[in-house]
Amino acid sequence: MKESLRYVVVLTLITSLSGLLLGVTERCTREPIEKQQAGQQLAALRAVLPPVDNAPDEDSVTLADGSARRTVYYRGRRQGRIVGVAFRVTSDKGYAGPIAIMIGVAPDGTLTGLEILQQNETPGLGNRIVASEFRDLFVGKGLNGYRWRVRKDGGDFDQISGATISSRAVVEGVAEGLERFRRHAGVILADSGERP
Amino acid sequence: MSHADVFVRGIWSNNAVFKLVLGMCPTLAVTTTAGNGLGMGLATTFVLLCSNAAVSALRHLIPSKIRIPCFIVVIATFVSIVQLLMEAYVFALYQALGIFIPLIVVNCLILGRAEAFACRRRVWEAAADGAGMGLGFTLALVLLGAARELLGSGSLFGLGVPGLQQALPPVLLLVLPPGAFLALGFLLAAINGCRNRRMPPGKP
Repeated sequence: MKESLRYVVVLTLITSLSGLLLGVTERCTREPIEKQQAGQQLAALRAVLPPVDNAPDEDSVTLADGSARRTVYYRGRRQGRIVGVAFRVTSDKGYAGPIAIMIGVAPDGTLTGLEILQQNETPGLGNRIVASEFRDLFVGKGLNGYRWRVRKDGGDFDQISGATISSRAVVEGVAEGLERFRRHAGVILADSGERP
Repeated sequence: MSHADVFVRGIWSNNAVFKLVLGMCPTLAVTTTAGNGLGMGLATTFVLLCSNAAVSALRHLIPSKIRIPCFIVVIATFVSIVQLLMEAYVFALYQALGIFIPLIVVNCLILGRAEAFACRRRVWEAAADGAGMGLGFTLALVLLGAARELLGSGSLFGLGVPGLQQALPPVLLLVLPPGAFLALGFLLAAINGCRNRRMPPGKP
């Protein structure tokens, strides 16, 4: 009895020490981590949009989609006119966890670019979704005229061989994003800068 | 044995990968490039150094029956710290290593050194062992990563090697998981071959 009490005390002591250390580290790294993520955000916005002359991360509309999910739409402008809208879509159908994608859409609904923000796909196979050879398959294409499925499922997009699940997740995620854009295009583009 | 001996032994004669064959999961998984190997090796070195020192400092407090949970808590703490630090200051590497950073917790090299060495030695000795073992692990990962990157993608530390791609077309297989086993096998054979030449087998 006395022995097991000692075990409890020792374990509690060690875990509390560990908690303290972790708390301090978390506090010290919180700000740099936020800065890193914001930097990555802006870099991703620039990468998926056509050349813009505004700061897209400061020009956004937030819309609720469905019940609780909110999407922030970042608008890229050139001389005040919207030339592209970037936003984040997440596919839950990745092979190893969700895949977060930043997509850029031109006002006419065609894709201007995409970046994979976060993925845990298999190195060497599934993680080739981040390669530009795969991402470039989508650029310039919109919902009209293309079947947004991988070729194996009867669609128009080549899957990466050995990584059908990862490819399918990206294709479906992007298609879902394009649909979302079509539904909300009126609101997102309302302030298009084309004033008389 | 002096601290310097303990340190040097961890790097070469008792090398974690080449001699003890410990920590194979990260060794095989992240060494697709030399840079990834270096990052993983240094992260592991940090964890190993801290956990060895902490386990050694706590060795009189920890009852032997619950030593494994205690070691794991200590190791997991340092792994979380290294993960937060990498996310804050070396973001690109943090993204490249992804899931393998939290998996440092289950690297048997770290638990192995806590169990076999640190929990019976003085703090400085345990720290020297952690640093040596960690750097030895780093050396092995960089060697393996460099071999796979050179032959598999025709570059080194992300930089192209002039003329190599023409002379020797990249073999994608080496970057894929089977290539890890092949490269490690050949590397181990080469190292053992050198050792045996200097020290004929049977006469240790």
